[in-house]
Amino acid sequence: MDAAKGLKLKNIFSQNAIWIVLVALILGIAIIDANFLSITTLRDMMVQSSTRVIIALGAAFVLITAGTDLSAGRVVGLSAVVSASMLQMPDYASKFFPNMPELWLAIPIVIAIVVGLLVGLLNGIIVAKFNVPPFIATLGTMVAVYGANSLYFDMPPNNSQPIGGLRKDFTELGTGAIGGGQFSIPYIVLIAIFVAFIVWVVFNKTRLGKNMYAIGGNIQAAHVSGINVARNLMWIYAIAGALYGLAGVLEAARTGGASNNYGNMYELDAIAACVVGGVSTTGGVGRVKGIIAGVLIFTVINYGLTYIGINPNWQLIIKGLIIVVAVAFDIRKYVAKK
Amino acid sequence: MAKQHPYLLEMNGITKTFPGVKALDNVTLKVRPGTVHALMGENGAGKSTLMKCLFGIYKPDAGEIFLDEQKVDIKNSKDALNYGVSMIHQELHPVPQRSVMENIWLGRFPVKGIPPFRFIDHKKMYRDTVALFEDLNMAIDPNQLVGELSVSKIQSLEIAKAVSFNSKIIVMDEPTSSLTGNEVEQLFAIINKLRARGVSIIYISHKMEEILRISDDVTIMRDGKYIGTWPAPELTIDTIITRMVGRDLSERFPERTNKPGDVMLRVEGLTSPHAHSFKDVSFELRKGEILGIGGLVGAQRTELVEALFGLRSVKSGAIYKNGKPITVKSPIDAKKHKIALLTEERRVTGIFPVLSVMENTAIANLGIYENRFGFLNESKMRKEAVSGVEKFKTKTPSVDQLIRNLSGGNQQKVLLARWLLTDPDILLLDEPTRGIDIGAKYEIYSIIIELAKLGKSIIMISSEMPELIGMSDRIMVMSEGRSTGILNGNTASEQSIMRLAAQTG
Repeated sequence: MDAAKGLKLKNIFSQNAIWIVLVALILGIAIIDANFLSITTLRDMMVQSSTRVIIALGAAFVLITAGTDLSAGRVVGLSAVVSASMLQMPDYASKFFPNMPELWLAIPIVIAIVVGLLVGLLNGIIVAKFNVPPFIATLGTMVAVYGANSLYFDMPPNNSQPIGGLRKDFTELGTGAIGGGQFSIPYIVLIAIFVAFIVWVVFNKTRLGKNMYAIGGNIQAAHVSGINVARNLMWIYAIAGALYGLAGVLEAARTGGASNNYGNMYELDAIAACVVGGVSTTGGVGRVKGIIAGVLIFTVINYGLTYIGINPNWQLIIKGLIIVVAVAFDIRKYVAKK
Repeated sequence: MAKQHPYLLEMNGITKTFPGVKALDNVTLKVRPGTVHALMGENGAGKSTLMKCLFGIYKPDAGEIFLDEQKVDIKNSKDALNYGVSMIHQELHPVPQRSVMENIWLGRFPVKGIPPFRFIDHKKMYRDTVALFEDLNMAIDPNQLVGELSVSKIQSLEIAKAVSFNSKIIVMDEPTSSLTGNEVEQLFAIINKLRARGVSIIYISHKMEEILRISDDVTIMRDGKYIGTWPAPELTIDTIITRMVGRDLSERFPERTNKPGDVMLRVEGLTSPHAHSFKDVSFELRKGEILGIGGLVGAQRTELVEALFGLRSVKSGAIYKNGKPITVKSPIDAKKHKIALLTEERRVTGIFPVLSVMENTAIANLGIYENRFGFLNESKMRKEAVSGVEKFKTKTPSVDQLIRNLSGGNQQKVLLARWLLTDPDILLLDEPTRGIDIGAKYEIYSIIIELAKLGKSIIMISSEMPELIGMSDRIMVMSEGRSTGILNGNTASEQSIMRLAAQTG
């Protein structure tokens, strides 16, 4: 009876280990500097986490199929530039498209997201139809997308100038909030929560989600079970691309500008957050809750350790350690079960 | 007190408990030098756990291990090798991209030169390998890539590797599971040679005929307990089965109560584009009929049913279902035509190890759970998974259990439930009872007959001849890709099947 109880407690711990680590981190920082627990700090961290959550969720789609997506960061950069280029103030001096009329806000946003989706679809086609390993396929698109983005960014009259002077209604998306003062909730956080909810629904309540877990769990069995593996993979990569696209739009809105270097290396942060959040590197396993916790842990480390004045280089070392230790623990869980 | 050591290996009072399960309970294993010692028991009886304790993969909670009357503490498989204990696994793990000799001497390559300028001595490695193979009468080229070898050659290589470690005890786990008759004879010749030199073999297998032929002693385990050890000549298949299952299986097969009806499937001249695969195969399958397919390994039986399921391409020939011609180019087509396949390699192409029993049950048929908004009805999914578990008496704590934690027989039941949800007319079963223990086999047989009774047409590949005879209404025998004859299940004998299976040209 007691043993069973102990086991149950152990299970609760191991299943929520990441949240316990997260709370411990926050409390640890708060002990050093109690001001850390202010609403402003927490809101800042939520805002910082928002686009990262969206990118990580996109990467998770691909990781759960036992794939990987290195193109995430460059797609963020591409969609940031694409959306920003069409959303400058009409009277701004150096406009990307000098003669562009003021578009309805949704149009450039949708275009940017569709651009991301198309890159993702391309990844999916290369992986599913041409059987190129995902690492290589997305390495190729990662490089090529940056090239394409830089070409676009270099078009006259812009000539590689950072795109600025973004419309207020657009930047409001990234910086505005519902309510005012202390208790306001930033739009960007609401968007991230909404996206997380939709992704949770897709993961758990739809055929695509079940097929995604099945493909990652055993791609051969998925094929034999009559799952259209190629079509599902193309959808999955395309959705991932669309999420990176959305994240790029939000990055442009949040920072009020864009350049071709936006999003550089974000894919590594996203993959790190996923694996720390319990997404199995061998496929078939991963939950939205864990991925969010993974992102939050890295944000707390970034923000919190800066807050208490720890050298940013130390933060990198700590981040690296956490990635390796988390995966080592995760793998141990499976090895022990054998 | 000088005396001849009666036992080379003694494992006494081995007990191992996992959370909630007593996997081994006071188990004894005593192996005499220069003998083949069969270790038998149903799946889950604790054979592999016992072997894992021998190799230090598990640490027993209680018990002692003696080698040559010396108490030993084996901490890992490297320790085991140093003590002269090695294992040939059921699934072989060579490095396919490297040569035969590199695989044998991996981790202990002969070197020449003075440190730090030490290089691999390839000449010595080649000479040693040739000597080793000559000693064992094996014809393998040391320079060939392992990936190019047949399964039986790879197994020979693993045995040679064990011998090269001067192993006194070699554990063989289901060594004949993927060998043809001829290759089994070669394996037995090697085993006899090793036995004559004083090497002891611990032989784990489900194949009774083999065990009675090759072994000197038989130890039987059941439910993690030691049942006893007997000299093989004192045992018969029936006494072994009785002791393994602890109950009398007066009949190994349930009574066939299905009644074949009209022709459901007609295959005409089906031919593979590959020269060495199936050729010009024709047969009919009736509604409610069980058609067995017999033959030796390499007869292309799996290839044939996989072609019927759309996993392999077809060059010529036709498939008619209910008199209408159909084309099956993918499993998606097969599902549309209500054809289901249970593959031979359950772990490779059947189960999703990291998913639950429920998800494993539902996965081939998610469409029926989808509502018009594209959301899945999980409660319906759960209900049907539960009913599948209940119908087939699948042993699992709940449908949320990961399928990899189930035994082979129970995994197979989940896969059967998966395919039955697609409501197939034709069920293709490729070695449906491979690696499944006897008790569970009987249950699977009952399920198959029950399905035939419901009017499903069943094709069952089996390499066990008693199973073919006991289960099939008719038996098609294949050899080298051709159908060499169709026998009546009631009158077929092992001899008549064997004759057709060995027919060539």
